[in-house]
Amino acid sequence: MSSVLALSDKHALSVERLTVAFPHGDRLLVALQGATLEVKRGELVCIVGASGSGKSTLLNILAGLDRPTNGRVHVHGRVALMFQEAALLPWLTAAGNVELPLELRGIKSRQRRELARELLGRVHLAGFEKRRPHELSGGMKQRVALARALAQDADVLLMDEPFAALDAITRDLLHEELERIWKETGLTVLFVTHNAREAVRLGDRVLVFTSRPGRVAHEVKVGLPRPRHLDSPDLAVIAGRITERLKQEVALGN
Amino acid sequence: MAKLEVGQPQALGSTIPPDRLAVVWSSLWPKLAAIALALASWQVIVWSGWKPDYVLPGPLPVFQRLGEDLGNPDFQLGLAITLRRAVLGYTIAVAIGSVVGVLIARVGLLRKAVGSAILGLQSMPSIAWFPLAILLFGLNETAIFFVVILGAAPAIAGGLLNGVDHVQPLLIRVGRVMGARGLVLYRHVIIPAALPSFVGGLKQGWAFAWRSLMAGEIIGIVGHQLSIGQQIQFARDFADTQQLLAILVVIFVIGVVIDSLFGAFDRAIRRRWGLGGDS
Repeated sequence: MSSVLALSDKHALSVERLTVAFPHGDRLLVALQGATLEVKRGELVCIVGASGSGKSTLLNILAGLDRPTNGRVHVHGRVALMFQEAALLPWLTAAGNVELPLELRGIKSRQRRELARELLGRVHLAGFEKRRPHELSGGMKQRVALARALAQDADVLLMDEPFAALDAITRDLLHEELERIWKETGLTVLFVTHNAREAVRLGDRVLVFTSRPGRVAHEVKVGLPRPRHLDSPDLAVIAGRITERLKQEVALGN
Repeated sequence: MAKLEVGQPQALGSTIPPDRLAVVWSSLWPKLAAIALALASWQVIVWSGWKPDYVLPGPLPVFQRLGEDLGNPDFQLGLAITLRRAVLGYTIAVAIGSVVGVLIARVGLLRKAVGSAILGLQSMPSIAWFPLAILLFGLNETAIFFVVILGAAPAIAGGLLNGVDHVQPLLIRVGRVMGARGLVLYRHVIIPAALPSFVGGLKQGWAFAWRSLMAGEIIGIVGHQLSIGQQIQFARDFADTQQLLAILVVIFVIGVVIDSLFGAFDRAIRRRWGLGGDS
């Protein structure tokens, strides 16, 4: 891949020959080995890989939660990260959860309340400000988590299988929601999933990861016009090819 | 419109109170029954003639005595002295216990050094420190506070430590992704997440503080103030069992009231945290 510096103004993030190893008992577990990828500003890129391909590790490193063993990572601007679980703080209301990153950014309380309201409205949760997390459905919780991520006013949104635990219809709605917000805000999104269809539904590009240790094995440019439908035949063909590729990777890995 | 506005309060008035009353009654009557049973057994033992009246008086004279005591300014003053000591000692213990708990949770070396000592201190009856406290501070209130704090603080620190240790790692990651580090992370994520377990420690701490205080007051006569513990001791010296039992009733009632306050606090937190306490 070409040099990071030359491309830095067009790129939201770049990963260069990233290797991550964890001590596991008396051995080293290599989660990522020589992973290299770049994401342009405003791009929505999906990563698919079987479990154990180091996808989550990559996001954790991009978010600054873990350190690389080797290689380099560049992220331009602030990063927000969404997990598979909404991970809302249970003692705060929906609005309170969205307000927390605003408070940490030093925004005054009056303005905070207004912004949180606006953000919840944006994810179609107007009127749910005072609800507590345990009073919300799984899909609603992820919407709050999305609003909370947006409240960080990040340049890059990392998403770690955020819709994997939701039912098909809710997931479909949240795909539309994410796509709309991505278009409105011009956010850069790196979306990790193990579902090839979901990746093709959302991504400008799809990166297929090898299984343990993880690295980009294959890249697919999704040329389909938006909005896309999860059940469209064109999408299914591309997803089918990716799934084949994933199966090969899993077979190799085992 | 006007009719509707008049109608609503009436509708509320006619439906809700009977329900509430039923709820209150259903939780109240087993308690009342237990009290009645206890009083009845007490009376039966007295009637059996096991001990003479002046050694074991029945409930009626004891409660009459209690009524007189409660109207007596000296008794009220003693009660105030004891409660002041309890509240003050407990407050200091909460402050010390919280700081120590957070320090042990944050500093790995400190945890290795004294983490298990905290557990050891918790199981140590703090009144055992009293003779030492008297030698160190003299027979005064400081010695009593020392014992109360030493009784309560380890339980409070332990509760906090336990709570901090069991915060979901995912919530901590969420906080860190949002840019919270160090004390900010503690304030916004870790301490609130640890609160339900911390309340358990606070409650246990109170129980230890109250016990230590009673023991301290009975053993050590401090100044010339008639604290509750001392009044028990005097009642024994004068073989005044009526007075002794009346004071025990007071101590028991204080315990029950404070315990139910903690219970209400605990339930409120569990409900708010969505931990599925009883609704």
